[in-house]
Amino acid sequence: MNRSPYISDAPSVSMIMLKVLLALVPGIFAYAWIYGGGILVTIALATLTALAAEAALLKIRQRPIKPHLMDLSAVVTAWLLALALPPLAPWWLIVVGTLFAIVIAKQLYGGLGYNPFNPAMVGYAVLLISFPLIMTKWSAPLILAQTKLSFLDQLYFIFNQVLPNDIKVDAITSATPLDYLKTHLKLNQTLSEISQAPIFGVYGAKGGEVVTGAYLLGGLYLIQQRIIGWHLPTAFLGALSAIALVFYVANPEHFASPLFHLTSGASLLCAFFIITDPVSGPTTPRGKLYFAAGVGVLTYLIRVYGGYPDGVAFAVLIMNMCVPLIDAHTQPRVFGHEK
Amino acid sequence: MNAILNFFKPDFLKQKRGVHPPEHKAESTQLPIAKLAMPQKLVLPLRQHIGNMPKILVSVGEHVLKGQLLATPECTVSAAIHAPTSGTILSIADEIIPHPSGLPDKCITLIPDGKDQWANLTMIDWRNAPKEALIASLCTSGIVGLGGATFPTHIKLRSSGKSNIQTLVINAAECEPYITCDDMLMREHAEEIVQGIEIAQYLLGAEKSVIGIEDNKSIAQQAMQAALTGKPISIVTVPTLYPSGDARQLIHLVSGIEIPHDKRATEMGVQVFNVATVRALYRHFTFGEPAINRVVTVTGNVAQPQNFEVLFGTPLTALTQATGGAKPDTTHYIMGGPMMGFDLPTPEVPITKATNCIIAASPHLFAPPPPAMPCIRCARCAEACPIQLQPQELYWFAKSDAFEKARDYKLFDCIECGVCTYVCPSNIPLVQYFRYAKSEVIAADKAKEAADLARERNEFRLARIEREKQERAQKHAERALGTKAEAAKAASAKTDAANEAPTTEAPINSATDEAAKAAKQAAIAAAIERAKAAKAAADATGLAPKNTAPANPAVQQEIAEIDARRKNVGLANTNEAPMTADAEKQAKIAAAIARAKAAKAEAEAAKQAQNLELKE
Repeated sequence: MNRSPYISDAPSVSMIMLKVLLALVPGIFAYAWIYGGGILVTIALATLTALAAEAALLKIRQRPIKPHLMDLSAVVTAWLLALALPPLAPWWLIVVGTLFAIVIAKQLYGGLGYNPFNPAMVGYAVLLISFPLIMTKWSAPLILAQTKLSFLDQLYFIFNQVLPNDIKVDAITSATPLDYLKTHLKLNQTLSEISQAPIFGVYGAKGGEVVTGAYLLGGLYLIQQRIIGWHLPTAFLGALSAIALVFYVANPEHFASPLFHLTSGASLLCAFFIITDPVSGPTTPRGKLYFAAGVGVLTYLIRVYGGYPDGVAFAVLIMNMCVPLIDAHTQPRVFGHEK
Repeated sequence: MNAILNFFKPDFLKQKRGVHPPEHKAESTQLPIAKLAMPQKLVLPLRQHIGNMPKILVSVGEHVLKGQLLATPECTVSAAIHAPTSGTILSIADEIIPHPSGLPDKCITLIPDGKDQWANLTMIDWRNAPKEALIASLCTSGIVGLGGATFPTHIKLRSSGKSNIQTLVINAAECEPYITCDDMLMREHAEEIVQGIEIAQYLLGAEKSVIGIEDNKSIAQQAMQAALTGKPISIVTVPTLYPSGDARQLIHLVSGIEIPHDKRATEMGVQVFNVATVRALYRHFTFGEPAINRVVTVTGNVAQPQNFEVLFGTPLTALTQATGGAKPDTTHYIMGGPMMGFDLPTPEVPITKATNCIIAASPHLFAPPPPAMPCIRCARCAEACPIQLQPQELYWFAKSDAFEKARDYKLFDCIECGVCTYVCPSNIPLVQYFRYAKSEVIAADKAKEAADLARERNEFRLARIEREKQERAQKHAERALGTKAEAAKAASAKTDAANEAPTTEAPINSATDEAAKAAKQAAIAAAIERAKAAKAAADATGLAPKNTAPANPAVQQEIAEIDARRKNVGLANTNEAPMTADAEKQAKIAAAIARAKAAKAEAEAAKQAQNLELKE
């Protein structure tokens, strides 16, 4: 019988997912430092929900439960969704989003390897459409907040949506720079006026820049570990910068600089952790470039002209739809064949 | 566009195809090549090469000498089998052979007499002998490609007449882990290899020879370099990256020539020989030795891995004993390397021309793969594939039996090197899927070809029958027309002579009438023919009555009516002519009937023949 090859040298799926989780740790630390420890609660809750939903669905679908829970893919989805949600999002929002991501977007399509859409982004998009008010209300970075909540206060708030006696909700929330920019441009303010607001940091959001930097660190680790390639992040960040630059050069008082777009919102999380989901992305090198560039351009267009402050989730989902087409038309030349 | 991108890409970003598994070559290179003691018996499979089984020349009980021809090649693609030592033929029967199928095949079993007595050998001074004589001598040398493909060597060298070979590539890459037989051969017999290269280059008429060797064999490379001093043969060092020893990969690495998928290397002026094969060439011409032994690596789970010079037919057990025996936890043996080798059905199989390496396997060495997980489309396989295929897509197609799609995605360019499986995080046995898909496509193609052929043959037959029928009908019609016209001419001449035309119109009338009648006759003949054919067809199905001869009452009645009409128009007085015409007509009808009968018989015979064909 021919069973060769007898040897193998590949990280297991679990190991790949574990490294992705590991790469997220600096970002989570930065997040907790800037926005408070509430994110740890959010992540824990999302993780538990994801694992429970995954186990339940695997049982219903009569699939082996243990190997699929051990592959950690559900945990990655949970963490990414948790990091995309606003800090101090209510517990039910986290649960609903995670359930939708795991049950509908992943398991009902056939589980690991079969989902055409990025599960975390499906969960996020559903929440954004269903609960736009909560989803766009971000708690202010601790350094900006008039009142600082303790970890226990945050924990209490996540589960009860009640603040300690003398604190008003407005005191702990603020608009995100992307949101602020959008609303204030409509008020005919110029960029130089808008960027005077305290929520703006050196390039993007005050505090948010730090988290972004931490994501970059994690992303570089993933490239170094050969978990992800350079194609997707480079093409995404390149396309986003390029289109932002064109608009910025044309009218710098109305369009934010490329650096602002790179350091705001979910840009870096998207570049290294979201579009790099192999299951819902393209597989050919050229296809990866087209896919990521498409996400970059769409993200920018949705940010500037769309109805939502950030466009990453919708851009990713739209490009997910194009993946079969991209793959089919970017097949590399086979050895010994003409192009 | 891609070329430009590639040019600006720094080296570390350039995709490295292939893999570099742990080499495990050091174990079996500690000791020199050893000669194995004479085994108790030798089992020689007749099919140790690609192509036809050779014709056996000896019989059971016969005493043979070392190097004596036991079986001579049949047809072009075949190779001879020689006695590896002197002894007696014990049996010629089916034995288990070293093949993935584990099926038995015809083998000659030889009991050595211990004398190891050579037959008369003829040496050839290859530099001064005509090429034809050299090739002819190679035909019965039994030499085949010793790299593993076992393609008869005389065919590869003979092709020089047709295709114009410029480059001879010597495959010394030995890219599979564990295998070191070529490495050791180069270390110890570099001189013989180099002389073998000169022979091959001379026979091919190649302009240059290039030795491709992986950079992990520095001792072998030094030995070769020393043997090459002053010779116009170059060595190209290629990176140690499996599967650089694949012929097309190696050609690309050493010469930059990318062999198109639908062409052979020889069509591009390149021929590839393995180092062991050229050494066999050298020994054949210089000492007259046929192919009776080879160097085999025995490694893995054995006490002392080593290379051995082994006579073909030696039982595997004799070989493992020579290494100090397999360790207790050995589960089975693998022939070939860990990337492309296969499980041997039993340790009793003989060593053949294809056996370059035997690995004793244990769960410790080759752990069974964990259960396969779903494909996560990470495309590691695509990055590693030396052919730049998309294994993740091929897997999807193979799994869903979308074989046509798999073919579109160049399934048949897959060389089954196993690199995709090697790098798969989900432990999917991709190569197995591709082997399965290939066999399914080939089977489907064969079935389709057979069906197409049958349909084509049937269509052709039906067309032929139809054409013959029409031709026959036309011929009858023409003949009927011809005789009728003659008869009519004769008749009208008589009428003219007998009496002056009553009216001026009469002859014209009668002429037109004659013509009309002739046409009618033709129609009748055709009708009869049709009736006959229909009857024949009906007969063939066994439904119609047997006798067809008196099928004419209706026709005869019609003829009678026509005659009556003729009389009515005033031709009655000239009875003679119509009578003659009638007689002729009758004769013709009879003839037509006879012909129709013959046609029927023929049709029936054809039908039967076809039935037989279909049954077959």
